[in-house]
Amino acid sequence: MSVSQDIFRAALLDAAQPVPEGLLDGQGRAAGRRYNVYRNNVAVSLTEALEVGFPVIRKLIGPENFKHVAGQFLRVAPPTSPLMMFYGSEFPAFLRDFEPLQHLGYLSDVARLELALRQSYHAADAEGIAADALAAVPPEALGALRLELAPAVRIVTSDWPIFDIWRFNTSENAPKPRAEAQDVVVLRDGFDPEPHLLPKGGAAFLTAIGKAAPLECAVDAGGDKFDLTPVLGLLLNTNAIAALHPTGPNHRPNHRPSQGT
Amino acid sequence: MFDTQPRFPELPALPGVGYKPQHFAAIMADPDPVGWLEIHAENYMGAGGRPIAQLRHLSERFPISVHGVGLSIGGEGALDPDHLARLKHLINWLQPTVFSEHLAWSTHGAEFLNDLLPLPYTNATLTRVADHIDQLQEVIGRQMMLENPSSYLAFAESTWAEPDFLSEITKRTGCGLLLDVNNVFVSATNLGFEPRAYIDAYPLDKVGEIHLGGHDEDEDDHGAPLLIDSHGKPVVDPVWALLDHTLARSGPRPILIEWDTDVPDWPILAAEATRAATALAKVAA
Repeated sequence: MSVSQDIFRAALLDAAQPVPEGLLDGQGRAAGRRYNVYRNNVAVSLTEALEVGFPVIRKLIGPENFKHVAGQFLRVAPPTSPLMMFYGSEFPAFLRDFEPLQHLGYLSDVARLELALRQSYHAADAEGIAADALAAVPPEALGALRLELAPAVRIVTSDWPIFDIWRFNTSENAPKPRAEAQDVVVLRDGFDPEPHLLPKGGAAFLTAIGKAAPLECAVDAGGDKFDLTPVLGLLLNTNAIAALHPTGPNHRPNHRPSQGT
Repeated sequence: MFDTQPRFPELPALPGVGYKPQHFAAIMADPDPVGWLEIHAENYMGAGGRPIAQLRHLSERFPISVHGVGLSIGGEGALDPDHLARLKHLINWLQPTVFSEHLAWSTHGAEFLNDLLPLPYTNATLTRVADHIDQLQEVIGRQMMLENPSSYLAFAESTWAEPDFLSEITKRTGCGLLLDVNNVFVSATNLGFEPRAYIDAYPLDKVGEIHLGGHDEDEDDHGAPLLIDSHGKPVVDPVWALLDHTLARSGPRPILIEWDTDVPDWPILAAEATRAATALAKVAA
């Protein structure tokens, strides 16, 4: 009786399946619950990885509920890579579609923020540009300038107050969440990622910057109410701009489709 | 084969510990009696950030043993080329003193199951494992060490005893072995064999590193003890005794304390390492 890895795997995450035949104890008897050690190891280790990765979700729904949800998730979306630090990228979508949690509409977006923090933590290092580098750019060249963001920068947009919810569940004496939509940028000055609340238009601006749009076009993308100064100050203060790339005027029309004749 | 050589060409026959980030400051301040560190390869495959920075720092001061937990050397499928490339990258920049992996499988199709799953000891498994080790050693350009597993069950189809199986793999591939003495004790208890006889049959001349760790206790369907390798407790006395038995035959070896869950404060881990240093002193004298 040969136990292939297909057979061993089939019963591993399905307790309703019988223990494969051909697995024994030391005396030639059926392995029985000895096989459950592997079932348990897989489910527990993946649940723990999700608990470490989504501590705010765990707090929001409670540890027991989280174990239950994680148990369902890991069976439909087991890891596809041995890099457990990145496990759970499909968890936000799973939460969004998970029927019993539909009344907590913000969960999925808070999970996206936690995922962004984790990805930022492991992203490549970058040094910020010198404090005076931007001031050294001639005013007439500023509009065509491209800002290269540090690899650890992440943007999370939401219709929910995700920044407030995250802060309320991670720091003492934080104010209660406001009833508003909030966009967040995760910045990592050094080794510890921090979420920052973005002003109106900030996410659209940063998304455009992330797509290598010249500064002028990115500001346009931010909309009428977008104020560049505080966002630029935040990026500079947290070493989130890795490089400045001047672009010639020839590059500009590509990023300004609305300016057509 | 490489432009650069490891800063530390050999693991010293001293205690080492599995590195945990929460111990960074304590280790840098006073590592005694720890002489080297082990890391899990997969935890250092991100692009950057604190993990990589800490590892760079540690590698300047300590010999590093890189221990893979995700290659699935015993898998029925091919080794994951992406993961091989990641291992090669890590080994190239870090230049660790040694690299080891497990006699186990963990990948099935596109899935990674995050556990060390067991293998039947057959000729087919032997050929497959040896082929995968050949491939790995070719990719990383150096010898690896293969670790004996903790067993909770046996396969009816097995035709090899585990020490003979491992011995044959070393002959076919030229790989070294990592001997986990706690795993021997766990498997011996679970499957009812004599742990000292296992050690006596093990090719100790191929052993470049020893592992010790704690285990949990459970029972099987018949009320027989079922030990579970958990790395969450101190090493038990019978395992220390089995270490003495091993060292008396092998001579001094690098000994790692593995403590991966419910990780204690540094002094408790350092005390376990001190106990390993005492065991080593007995055979050095």
